[in-house]
Amino acid sequence: MESKHTLEMKGISIEFPGVKALDHVDFAVKSGEIHALVGANGAGKSTLMKILGGAYEHYVGEIFFDGKQVDIRTPHDAKELGIDVVYQEVDTALIPYLTVAENIMLDVMANEMKGEHFIRWGHIHRRAREVMKLVGIDLDTHKLVQDLSLAEKQMVLIARALATNTNLLVLDEPTAPLSQTETEELFRLMRDLSKNQNVGIVFISHRLPEIFEICETITILRDGQVVAETTVDQLTQQKLVELMLGQRFEETYPKTHVTIGDVIFEVKNLNEEYGRVRDVSFTVRAGEIIGVTGLVGAGKTELCKTLFGVYPVKSGEILLHGEPMTIKSPHAAVKQHVALVPEERRKEGVLVDEPAFVNLTLPSLDRFTKRLAFVDTRAERTEARKVIQDLGIRTPSENQKVAYLSGGNQQKVAVGKWLIADAEIYIFDEPTKGVDVGAKHDIFELIGELAKRGKGIIYASSEIPEILDISDRIYVMYDYTIVKEFKTSEATEEAILYYSAGGQ
Amino acid sequence: MTSATESIQKQAWHAGLVAFFSKWGTIITIFVLLIFFSATMPSFRTPSNMVTIMRSIAIVTVIATGITVSLTVDGFDLSVGSVATFAVALIMSFFVWYGWGTIPAILVTLLVTLIVAVVNSFLIVKLRIYDLLATLATMFIFEGVAMTYTGGGSISQGMPRLDGTPTTGTIPPEFRLIGQSPYIIIIMLVIVAIIHIFLTYTKHGRYLYIVGGNREAARLSGIPVNRYRTLAYFLSTLLAAMGGIMLGARIGSAQINAGAGYLMPAVAAAFIGFSVAGVKKPNAVGTLIGAILVGLLENGLIMMSVPYYSLNIIKGLVLAIALAITYYRKHE
Repeated sequence: MESKHTLEMKGISIEFPGVKALDHVDFAVKSGEIHALVGANGAGKSTLMKILGGAYEHYVGEIFFDGKQVDIRTPHDAKELGIDVVYQEVDTALIPYLTVAENIMLDVMANEMKGEHFIRWGHIHRRAREVMKLVGIDLDTHKLVQDLSLAEKQMVLIARALATNTNLLVLDEPTAPLSQTETEELFRLMRDLSKNQNVGIVFISHRLPEIFEICETITILRDGQVVAETTVDQLTQQKLVELMLGQRFEETYPKTHVTIGDVIFEVKNLNEEYGRVRDVSFTVRAGEIIGVTGLVGAGKTELCKTLFGVYPVKSGEILLHGEPMTIKSPHAAVKQHVALVPEERRKEGVLVDEPAFVNLTLPSLDRFTKRLAFVDTRAERTEARKVIQDLGIRTPSENQKVAYLSGGNQQKVAVGKWLIADAEIYIFDEPTKGVDVGAKHDIFELIGELAKRGKGIIYASSEIPEILDISDRIYVMYDYTIVKEFKTSEATEEAILYYSAGGQ
Repeated sequence: MTSATESIQKQAWHAGLVAFFSKWGTIITIFVLLIFFSATMPSFRTPSNMVTIMRSIAIVTVIATGITVSLTVDGFDLSVGSVATFAVALIMSFFVWYGWGTIPAILVTLLVTLIVAVVNSFLIVKLRIYDLLATLATMFIFEGVAMTYTGGGSISQGMPRLDGTPTTGTIPPEFRLIGQSPYIIIIMLVIVAIIHIFLTYTKHGRYLYIVGGNREAARLSGIPVNRYRTLAYFLSTLLAAMGGIMLGARIGSAQINAGAGYLMPAVAAAFIGFSVAGVKKPNAVGTLIGAILVGLLENGLIMMSVPYYSLNIIKGLVLAIALAITYYRKHE
């Protein structure tokens, strides 16, 4: 138990169709240390940890445990070595209608009951309580997991990892959904585990201050490669941000020049019912493109959805042309000329089983109805063809099912439907996610065109270079609120990332 | 190489065959059954028997269009049988107990049965209970309500009420006409046509399908999703009540659980209707064709002297096959 273990990954590479996600990555962690793994979105952090957890089979490279070469290809292999990964989505790993005890002892029940057919309940609860004591949490083992808070669920998962012999614990962005006190509680546990239980911990977080608070050593990934491996005290937040970003070559997009008018849209002290938006205030002028950025989980999507009436408003004011708006539902939002192009395109933005023209006219179908609510399909198709041509949507005809279009063209459909609807305020949530460079260009041009027509545009994205290219002003979000406002002309990627990561 | 190409061709051919049958299988089956029954039984192919079949499916079809509308929003209304029972009980009581005329009796019956729709949409839309389970509950509730209303017995002309009060009301002869051909068939065809036009050519029909296809995308397009889901349950109850009124006109009395037997064939008809002609959506015309298939089968089998107590085996099998075709395609 007290002997020191080391885990080394050497020359790890993995490819997915069209992407080289990791390229000759070396990574090492010792028991008893807390090791940070950082990198920008898509740098390969989660992929590397998934390999360690046995989620992928098709990587190349070698893994050594205490100097002996081992082969990790399945979650079972990882478990044998005492490697446990607590993924970000805790709910996928828990069984909600079972008790705390059963969830903690799940691995034990699944793997260590060979030849036994009856569950010794007393034993299960007793051992679960022992493990919880080790972790330092106090929960009724008979409680159902579905009644726990997110932080408690995370603790249950950590307890589960410790119920079997654990040498290495990987925590993938564990603090993202946690409050300040919950985070401190987690840190206390992490310190206890590494100091007293001799467990090695890999800690992934986008919040840079946390890394300086809890970690000793650090590995920085960029575009699938290791750019630095050092101790945390050698770094500053500024230096860390530079290493994460590196010298990046991005295509830039020409910004359409627009004369910006008066304030048309104003949000004052907006709070969402369940705290998913906290005290947010901002303004949008006619023809202005507002960039809203922040890390994944900072609350951008939540803000977009609250403005569009998907999430309930608790308090605060939303004004259009100085008139207060009540947005109780997306239906109400559309009626008041607000449009949203949602992030989850295929799930929320378009109806993949319907033809392009049905998608395009959906929000404005009232304009294409005759007496007795009969739909004028001819007028509908004519308008759809016009939009298809204007936006350069590549499709054989307006009758093509959207499922058969490429991602970029689907996105153009998701945008196009709001052009026909003629809104005043356009909200774009990660509109370039998963679209190719050409379509990205088209979408940017389109947004520029909308600005030219005097619309107000809210552009939410975690792609900072894109925000810098397209916006006039930038709001940075952290922890469900806006923490910083920039004029785009005065902003830098480093500065934005600094505030996105919780820098003060 | 050649064997590989051959196997690919074979696969493509196989897939094409599956697609062809799921598209036209229902219609082919109807023709095969027609030919088979006509060849084996001369009495089957008489025009009067054809009218009998159409008359026999009228009530099923109208109730099935109700289920079809609930299916468009990706819902499911199991309570339609009980709504029909409730409607029969109400309208007969209006005639026999209270001596009302045809028009007010029909209108009030339709109005009162909408209570079921109110309860259904409250349970499903507001309380977010699974539609299948919510309507399973209301199916029992309103079966019980109908029975309680009639005092656990039947209502027919001249029969005293449960407390012994004699009744003087009569069932108007013009009401009985609704249950006879050709009127009952015409009513069925008109209802199918109206629902078909409503679902296919109006804005509301379009919205119903969109809500059923992807509720979240529909909501984010500004469609008042809950309003349309509620509308679907109101329409399904309304159509089931119409089916019940037709049933009352047909049998001329209110029997215990009169509508219960219509649920299963109506569900079968609606699901068979999904795949007819490759529409792959719940639709009124397909539902009519589904009902024809079920009615044809029942009529032919009875004429072939298959005992009535064994018919459910065949009807259940038809439903299983219809569901298999619908869901097999969905998994492609």
